[in-house]
Amino acid sequence: MNKAKFALAVLSVATIGSAYAQSARGYISIVGSSTVYPFATVVAEQFGKSTQFKTPKIESTGSGGGIKLFCAGVGVEHPDITNASRAIKASELEQCAANGVKDVIEVKIGYDGISVGHSKSAADVSFTRRQLYLALAKEVPDPKGGDKLVANPYKTWQDINAALPALRIEVLGPPPTSGTRDAFVELVMDEGCNSFSFIKAMNKADKAAHKAACQTLREDGAYVEAGENDNLIVQKLEANPDAFGIFGFSFLDQNRDKIKGASIEGVAPEFETIADGSYPVSRPLFFYVKKAHVGVIPGIKEYLAEFTSAKAMGEEGYLSERGLIPLPKDEYARVVGNAKTLTAMK
Amino acid sequence: MSDASETARTSYARVEAGMKRRRAAERRFRFLGKCAVGLGLAFLAILFVSIVGNGYSAFWQTRITLDVTIDEATIDPAGAREPQVLRTADYGALIKQSLRDMFPEVSGRRNRFALYGLVSNGAGFDLRDKVLADPALIGRTISLTVAADDDVDMLMKGHIDRRAPESDRRIKDNQLAWIERLETDGRIGSAFNVDFFANGDSRDPELAGIRGALMGSIYTLLVTLGLSFPLAVSAAVYLEEFAPKNRWTDLIEVNINNLAAVPSIVFGLLGLAVFINFFTLPRSAPIVGGLVLTLMTLPTIIIASRAALKSVPPSIREGALGIGASPMQAVMYHVLPLALPGMLTGTIIGMAQALGETAPLLMIGMVAFIADVPGGVFDPATALPVQVYLWADSPERAFVEKTSAAIMVLLLFLATMNALAVLLRRRFERRW
Repeated sequence: MNKAKFALAVLSVATIGSAYAQSARGYISIVGSSTVYPFATVVAEQFGKSTQFKTPKIESTGSGGGIKLFCAGVGVEHPDITNASRAIKASELEQCAANGVKDVIEVKIGYDGISVGHSKSAADVSFTRRQLYLALAKEVPDPKGGDKLVANPYKTWQDINAALPALRIEVLGPPPTSGTRDAFVELVMDEGCNSFSFIKAMNKADKAAHKAACQTLREDGAYVEAGENDNLIVQKLEANPDAFGIFGFSFLDQNRDKIKGASIEGVAPEFETIADGSYPVSRPLFFYVKKAHVGVIPGIKEYLAEFTSAKAMGEEGYLSERGLIPLPKDEYARVVGNAKTLTAMK
Repeated sequence: MSDASETARTSYARVEAGMKRRRAAERRFRFLGKCAVGLGLAFLAILFVSIVGNGYSAFWQTRITLDVTIDEATIDPAGAREPQVLRTADYGALIKQSLRDMFPEVSGRRNRFALYGLVSNGAGFDLRDKVLADPALIGRTISLTVAADDDVDMLMKGHIDRRAPESDRRIKDNQLAWIERLETDGRIGSAFNVDFFANGDSRDPELAGIRGALMGSIYTLLVTLGLSFPLAVSAAVYLEEFAPKNRWTDLIEVNINNLAAVPSIVFGLLGLAVFINFFTLPRSAPIVGGLVLTLMTLPTIIIASRAALKSVPPSIREGALGIGASPMQAVMYHVLPLALPGMLTGTIIGMAQALGETAPLLMIGMVAFIADVPGGVFDPATALPVQVYLWADSPERAFVEKTSAAIMVLLLFLATMNALAVLLRRRFERRW
């Protein structure tokens, strides 16, 4: 009967499947950061169209998740490249080595700025990182003085500094699973809270308490977790001129007619200010290549060449058009050299 | 005697007195019911209006007509017409040349880049396909209509305000002047967006298409249907018609009912552990997606199929057995055909649920950028709801309308499946 045929079909499909997986994979498999994803996909597409290789497959798994998959082992069932919006940690490299992934090539591709923005119709604002910390941390130093933390008492921006607008504090930002949130916490909140000497001192005595003090965001409605979708934050800011939002620089760049970025430490988020490092809230972006897969999976070397070429990563390359801040000249030359010789990390 | 009629009268009066209240309660209840239906319809209408309103423009694409001279020296200097040479030649240079010819006054690197930015990055590949199809074109000047860049498209569709200050626009003043000249020359126009239905995913909104995701969804659902329907029907028939009623079958029944309520992400994790890590099937492939969704839809179909079997009157079975059919013959030729419409309805509901699922696909790597349209169940693929999610997350403005358009395609797919279910039911259903 039909059922017998179906059972046979199921069995044969299963066997073909395992046979298939053990043979070579014809395309590059890439995993990793959702921040690098918009840049890597552009390169992958260009690579697929202009060479005889297949277009690489890119999964957006987040930096940590990507490195975990990447480090799981050598072989066609494991990804060849992982994107990351932070440098790989020593502990992760150890994990990699323990699973046989010995030689890893690091490629730094450029910088990404994180902007604090608001509606175009609102008045210009300039923040310091200390002010942002005071506005957004769950517990802040007692405004009456003394070296102790109290539940955040600030209701409006003016409560923090008279120069800031008299608006209720309302900041839309990404949830804890987001790389943008990690970077914001590290680059703004940590910096802001270390500007208080007694909190900085805590770091030596009790690392966990220091982390809790600096990195825990308010839960009383002043900080609104608006989801991973930066487009949604942009739409909400447009509708509500009194609110601020935290998002990647490329979203600010694409929506200049709707939103504008607030200056931080007096520097506005612009292409140039992020590139020369004067805008303080920016982070490097990377990808990591498994050297053992070069030559096994077709096209890895060529993909590296495409990514590091001047027409992609260079100062006027197509990635800068998408909002990636290019590397300074000398650093770029070093990256290109490493990619050519496939030099692994030490 | 009079006592009794007295009691009857008073109880009648009491009923009469309460009647008004009861009727009012009845009216209120009906009114609330209507309100609930009306509210539901209103939300549905809002949803459709916003999706169609945002997305209908994605089915049109701004196109620019260029006069391209296919210069032999640029693309085939040897003149041998070798396919390999023709395939890798720099067709973008020809497109750029034709733009320079059209606007000879544009000078300077920056301005030229702005000029080249008017047409899509895919224009050169369009030209390549044309030349590969007909190498006789080399050396001639042809009129080629190519997709405009997504920013130009947004401008023409009115999503970018021409009167806004220059710094607020992604289309700069010089580009605007060129576009206006193209408009007066009648070289810029709008056409049905064929690319949207013919292409796979792309990071250029004007080149991005739904086909890859659509094929991915179709392959995944084919695997799901091919596995879950026969398995679920066999399980339901055995449990309903043949299995002895004891503690074991009770346990199985309770478990099937519980499985139907398990969150789908759990099945994704199971799929990752079993199909990918243990059986080493490829990541991101519709075969794994189909297997995972099979696990998810099995309980739904089993429960629906058992209900359908239960609704077949016992007289059918008894009649068949009475004229000497074996129990298997009674089930195969008498009960099953009558229960089939109900089973099909259950299957389609399960399939519709599987079509909209993204959570388990996340675990098995189907949430990914995949530009090539999948050609089989082992090729990497995404699915329609995943494509909606990926586009909604893209920074380029033009993806907003693409997202809504993808939702429309998804809804259409769903409506087609449901219509099929209604049709099948109408055809086969028997009422008792």
